[in-house]
Amino acid sequence: MIPLNWYLLVSAALFCTGLFGVLARRNAIAVLMSIELMLNAVNINLVAFWRYLTPGSLSGQAFAVFVFAVAAAEAAVGLALILSIYRNRQTVIAEDVDLMKW
Amino acid sequence: MEVTPLHIAFAAFSVLTLGGGFGVVTSRNLIHAALFLIVALFGVAGYLVLLEAPFLAAVQVLVYIGAIAVVVIFAVMLTRSVAGTNQVTHTNQWLLAVITAIALLVMLGFVLLNQFGTVDAPLGAVPEDSVELLGRQLVSPNAFVLPFEVASVLLLAALIGAVVVARE
Repeated sequence: MIPLNWYLLVSAALFCTGLFGVLARRNAIAVLMSIELMLNAVNINLVAFWRYLTPGSLSGQAFAVFVFAVAAAEAAVGLALILSIYRNRQTVIAEDVDLMKW
Repeated sequence: MEVTPLHIAFAAFSVLTLGGGFGVVTSRNLIHAALFLIVALFGVAGYLVLLEAPFLAAVQVLVYIGAIAVVVIFAVMLTRSVAGTNQVTHTNQWLLAVITAIALLVMLGFVLLNQFGTVDAPLGAVPEDSVELLGRQLVSPNAFVLPFEVASVLLLAALIGAVVVARE
């Protein structure tokens, strides 16, 4: 069998890739995509811990289902916001949207 | 250590997931980034199959690839005039971001290896009817019915919110 920490390391690597994307990408849609990567890393972790440590109860899978739901909601609202910003300001570059920046 | 088909599958899904993830954060063309995102999501679906959660793998393909990735591609195309290929794609603090990400990876790796380095095999078998059990848990008053309902309300609110925000 594959040791648990292989899954954990891959998901940590995926999370860090997403973190880099969130911090470094200029395009807001790319930032959202990086957030999806981070959420997926969390899901791998939840399911791996469920499979290896508590396979009898399905709580880990239930948590993953909630992460799916929240990810879908986040993508819908996030992309709607980006489209609205694009329509009003003709930009999707995150650092150009500085109306509320003091 | 003996190399089994399981290990080969794990390696293949790792290449898909991490390669796709790397493509998402480095591609100059946003359409390519979105397609890389689909590759990465497929890799994660593969992990879910390896972890014996076939229902979640199906949901991953349906919800993430079928809905979220497609909506992302729609958004990229709707904002296409600025999604050109010959512009700066990363902020000027990208080096700092690389350092942060690698530092976090090292820290996480250290903690995880220390904490879970001894778990080599699952502690038990997955229940035969795990999908049915999952469904029952989601609506059982003793388990997750409250979070389940809250998630439904959240999805409804997000749906209405998205329509309101994106309306002309």
